[in-house]
Amino acid sequence: MSTTLDRARAVDDGLLGSAHVAACAGFAEFVDRRVVPIADDLHRSQYTPPQVIDELGRRGLLGLPIPAEYGGGGCDAVTLGLLAAELGRGCSSLRSLLTVHTMVAHVLARWGSRAQRETWLPRLASGECVAALALSEPEVGSDATAVRTRVERDGDELVLHGHKKWITYGHVADLLLVVARGPEGPTAVLVERSRPGVRTRLITGMIGIRASMTADVHLDGVRVPADHLLGRPGLGTTQIAGTALDLGRYTVAWGSVGIIAACLGASVAYADTREQFGAPIREHQLVRRLISDMYADYHASRLLCLDAGVRRDRRDPAALPAASLAKYTASTAAVRAASDAVQVHGANGCGSEYPVQRYLGDAKVMEVIEGTTQLHQVGLADHAFHEFGGFK
Amino acid sequence: MSTDIRTRVIGYLSRYFPVSDLADTDDIFKRGFVSSMFAMQLVAFVEQEFAVVVENEDLELDNFRSVAALERFVRGKLSAPVAS
Repeated sequence: MSTTLDRARAVDDGLLGSAHVAACAGFAEFVDRRVVPIADDLHRSQYTPPQVIDELGRRGLLGLPIPAEYGGGGCDAVTLGLLAAELGRGCSSLRSLLTVHTMVAHVLARWGSRAQRETWLPRLASGECVAALALSEPEVGSDATAVRTRVERDGDELVLHGHKKWITYGHVADLLLVVARGPEGPTAVLVERSRPGVRTRLITGMIGIRASMTADVHLDGVRVPADHLLGRPGLGTTQIAGTALDLGRYTVAWGSVGIIAACLGASVAYADTREQFGAPIREHQLVRRLISDMYADYHASRLLCLDAGVRRDRRDPAALPAASLAKYTASTAAVRAASDAVQVHGANGCGSEYPVQRYLGDAKVMEVIEGTTQLHQVGLADHAFHEFGGFK
Repeated sequence: MSTDIRTRVIGYLSRYFPVSDLADTDDIFKRGFVSSMFAMQLVAFVEQEFAVVVENEDLELDNFRSVAALERFVRGKLSAPVAS
């Protein structure tokens, strides 16, 4: 396995400044010491213990990108990406916690009222409160505008009825950002888990991110004050989910880079020591090809993530398609890398003694969440036709 | 200033749409040029290019649906008193 020193050296590629390299070294040290040793247990138990979430909060990692005026770390996008990559290298479930929590925080910071920001952001920054995005439903996935969960006004309250599904960390989140159908169309509403009528059921047996406390969320006549409306009624998908998913794509892309790094670390270590035909398998050319493909994918994906991060930090509008390109490239590359890592490990890769089978399931999930590979391909094709083919 | 806003808006749109036959009042949403992602890009462009903040109440289609609408919207934001 790679050491913290190796990781710091690996990211110090001349593209990052010293502050980013130092931040990444700190993230890597934490992940190696506190996350990697427990990741397989979390995966097997399909459970994230509350003390693990507490530790991420106490260390300021969950609140890292939240503006400093609300008690967060106020970090830039590149730093957030480096954290997502390191967490993703250690445990994709915990990386997915960072993703959903920061998505909600980001939307609150960008579109929340002053009262909403002052109420929620300090609690999200400290980790006292965990947030999740409740968008998908049993019959609603990629076409988020078709949500069936209903929200209606009743005097000074909003009343929600419906069923959300595949809600990452939905089983433990204290705050749910729910997108529901109102009279004006999809509408975003903040719902505390403690409200009567909120009921969750843990989903087990998933292919990956098995410790992500993913849940069915039932909303049975849940009442919240009308000031829990977030953003404009009718713009719950374009404005609110769109803003959230843009950041989600970005951290998932970096998390995928982390998976590729983990695959490389495991595969290089294994190929160094495993002997077949009288030699370490690192000397067999077809094994070297698998390693070299992973290596090229790692660097290409990481560069696209860095490009997306630098654009976010410059407030460049092209950061949106850049995050899509990074997510598409890194998640598909992570699936290739994880499949090849299992191949390098042979039968050992198919069992639970080595982490590579966990990486394979986790990587596949990266291709599905925050926009499927196919949805990104549709959008990226448009960009290709515009960029290289002129207008028709 | 107004001409400058128009030029910069058209310059940005021209990276994504055929603007040569686009009248200032043509509805870019109705002409199918705007995906949900591009709608967000437009908001980000207006904020970054003109150093304004787009608020919840600004998210009206009428502020973004054409070159003329964008020009009018940006002009209004730039002339509005800065909130304390």
